[in-house]
Amino acid sequence: MIYEVFRQEKKGAAFAHAGSVDAPDATFAEAFAREQYGRRQESEALWVVPRAAIHTVTDFADELNKTYHRVDGYSLKAKLKEARERAGTARAS
Amino acid sequence: MDDQAFLDYVQAGGQVETGDSMPADYRAKLVKFIEMHGNSELMGVLPEREWILRAPTLQRKLALTAKVQDEVGHSQLIYRVVEDLGKPREQCLADLISGKAKFHNVFHYPTKTWGDVGVIAWLVDAAAIISQKALLRCSYAPYARIMKKICWEESFHILHGRDVILTMMNGTDEQRELVQEALNRWWGPLMQFHGNPIPKEDDPMYVWRIKSQGNEEARQQFLDGYVPQIWELGLTVPDAKLRKRDDGVWEYSEPDWDELKHVVTGHGPKTQERLAFRRKFLEQEAWVRSVVLAEAA
Amino acid sequence: MSAPALLELADDELILGWRDSEWTGIAPSLEEDVAFSSIAQNEIGHARALYELAARELGTTADELAFDRDPSEYRSAPLVEQRRLEWAHTIARHYLYETADEIRLAALKQADDADVAGLAAKMDREEQYHRLHARMWNERLRDEPRYQEALRELWPLALGVLAPEQRAELAGRVGFEPVDAVERDRQSEELRELWEEMTMVRRSVPGATW
Repeated sequence: MIYEVFRQEKKGAAFAHAGSVDAPDATFAEAFAREQYGRRQESEALWVVPRAAIHTVTDFADELNKTYHRVDGYSLKAKLKEARERAGTARAS
Repeated sequence: MDDQAFLDYVQAGGQVETGDSMPADYRAKLVKFIEMHGNSELMGVLPEREWILRAPTLQRKLALTAKVQDEVGHSQLIYRVVEDLGKPREQCLADLISGKAKFHNVFHYPTKTWGDVGVIAWLVDAAAIISQKALLRCSYAPYARIMKKICWEESFHILHGRDVILTMMNGTDEQRELVQEALNRWWGPLMQFHGNPIPKEDDPMYVWRIKSQGNEEARQQFLDGYVPQIWELGLTVPDAKLRKRDDGVWEYSEPDWDELKHVVTGHGPKTQERLAFRRKFLEQEAWVRSVVLAEAA
Repeated sequence: MSAPALLELADDELILGWRDSEWTGIAPSLEEDVAFSSIAQNEIGHARALYELAARELGTTADELAFDRDPSEYRSAPLVEQRRLEWAHTIARHYLYETADEIRLAALKQADDADVAGLAAKMDREEQYHRLHARMWNERLRDEPRYQEALRELWPLALGVLAPEQRAELAGRVGFEPVDAVERDRQSEELRELWEEMTMVRRSVPGATW
């Protein structure tokens, strides 16, 4: 059975996928992962997860190009320029 | 994506994940290339493993065991990638011991002395790391990712090898002689290691961007990095033609390409003995895998 | 703690580490290969630390103690000297040795000698993972006839790892009846063969640095 292993390199860092081990149960998977991904003290912590427990999601529909909830949907430069001119705070360029 | 679009995509630096659709030829080439890499790590264990029992100090014993352990670990990482591409590990191992699958030329030769142990760890690993670093840019992303861990561990191997060599070169005349003899034995296989100098555009592994450099490029990089390090120790490289031209290109005697072909097709001096050794333990311990390590029904 | 007593322990760890390291590269699975190799390295590391303690008293070095004695001077237990490159026996020895070693280390952690007690505590923290590994395999193999056979065969040798007063506890922990132990006082042919191999490079250029 394949167990996926995620590795945290240092405290506070995100867990990143490190690889996988083939083990008959969770106890073996833990022992195998400990040595394959942590024997040089290169890991702060590991997550060892049966592959079947992982659900991959790759389809994200955005057919109408919704930009109002992303930063690239907001171009403030021209409006800011106009507002500064009306307020009399426009910087000399 | 049709095959041409896929080819354009990887040639433009695009990367592919396990679940993505890919041309059958790409998948087949990946399996062949990556499986041979896994086989090489696993067979590369054997020439050094014999010397784990003979390491002359506790420190060397620990370092050599750790190095061989890393190589087994690399083969585990690599065979996992092959398995996810559709070829089970047991099948890879079966093809290996039946002689159907290939492994790198340098692992078909005997390890005669402790000098060989040093030269393997220093120069064979140096040659290997040049190939492996180029795989960090492989178009197949899961393979490129494990290469980070592999390269990180290999850098310790080269240091260990260099330390073994430096200690012997600072030692007695007999020890220095062991190093020179080992270098003489390994130079030919080392020059063959990166393969014949076909233009990379004709190399299907390059076309699919599985490899990111050509064979001759890799060999030049090896010579440029390591010949000066060999010379500065007072060692002689057994090739009278070896020199660096003014334009920076290394000239050398034509490697024996017939020997390379002969050796990797199963006719090296230690090929059959090592395959038999691996077969013996795979068979002897098969019950552990099938009865004990098989997942609970 | 006296140097001879330290050497007994160090020799056990050294020879077992040497035997276990023979699996590096050929263990039953690749994952297990990596795991078992770490255990072998830890045992050699423990041997080195123990030799260093003994070497201070004896005015020598850890490497000289590990390699430059005559085979007749090693004090290792027959259990660790056996060459059994076969998984059922390897795990049976591993399980029996780790169980015995836990009892031995518990006593050493109470030693009057602070260096010895401190080292025993450090070793015990690494051995904890060895014990987890040994128990996990023992669980998996317990119904296998060849494993049961290996345990029975090695049991008298396992008793010989411990001092006589500690043996009843080992019997209790593994659930076997006490029998006559195979003691440390004899020279095994297998140790002599191992010694020939492990010292061959070192003997090839006497006095050299490697």
